[in-house]
Amino acid sequence: MEIPYTVAERPDTGLNNGKIGIWLFLASEVMLFGALFATYLMMRTGAVTWPRGDSILNVPLATINTVVLISSSVTMVMAWASLKRNDFGKFRLFMGLTVLAGFGFLGIKYVEYTTKFHHGLFPSTNTFLAIYFTLTGLHGLHVIGGMAINAYLWGPGSKLWKTNPEHFTNRVENSGLFWHFVDLVWIFLFPILYLL
Amino acid sequence: MGHHASSADIDRQVKTYILIFVTLLVLTMVTVAVSRLHLPVAGAVAVALIVASIKGSLVAGYFMHLLSERKLIYWVLGFTVAFFLAVLLLPLWTHFDPITN
Repeated sequence: MEIPYTVAERPDTGLNNGKIGIWLFLASEVMLFGALFATYLMMRTGAVTWPRGDSILNVPLATINTVVLISSSVTMVMAWASLKRNDFGKFRLFMGLTVLAGFGFLGIKYVEYTTKFHHGLFPSTNTFLAIYFTLTGLHGLHVIGGMAINAYLWGPGSKLWKTNPEHFTNRVENSGLFWHFVDLVWIFLFPILYLL
Repeated sequence: MGHHASSADIDRQVKTYILIFVTLLVLTMVTVAVSRLHLPVAGAVAVALIVASIKGSLVAGYFMHLLSERKLIYWVLGFTVAFFLAVLLLPLWTHFDPITN
């Protein structure tokens, strides 16, 4: 049985199923991170003292990671635009760069985490580090998830391009929406945790 | 977006993406530079959140194509924003209404 509206737009909403699905999922993700942001807010406003992020964390590395993630958002949208132009080769290039940028982000995060552990700074050390590791750890898991989907679409999943290019393009667009969301979350995490 | 975009439309969008990319990089540097001024907490929070909100709006509006999305998506996000704000404001409410003996 064929699933309807994977490509065609539903007459009632003007959207295909995948688009509605990914936005509803992202709405739930906003609430997940929202709960943690609220936790951060409550802990910070309730604390007698609170350290400035840059007194504990590595701002230059986090700045580089911000640039890496923003760059990956651009390569992601360029991958989608390449499919819209029927240029599969460029799609492979840009999607590959997006996945590599994900590895770059995680590599830098690994350096940051291991440096903290080396200095005896753990989630149990204080409330600031607890919320730092929780928020960046959850975000890191999202980066890994997005990379897995993007890598699949770059590799075995790209076979769909030959049989149903429009459906494949929609999948890339939806995967891109998730990836941009991951970028968007980091855009707020960076100043809140590192700079304030 | 993506609703029947022509090749010329895509070419125009690609130019916009590059412009947004540069803007995001500049705003990232602005955020870092302002943090080095060591403004009072309230001012620093305000500047950081305003710049982050502008960056977030650019990502959502252009990369996620929200500027040209269908009405249903706006409704979904409208409800999400309302509940998100409620979740953020509830802890603040308790902060300004402490238990006193």
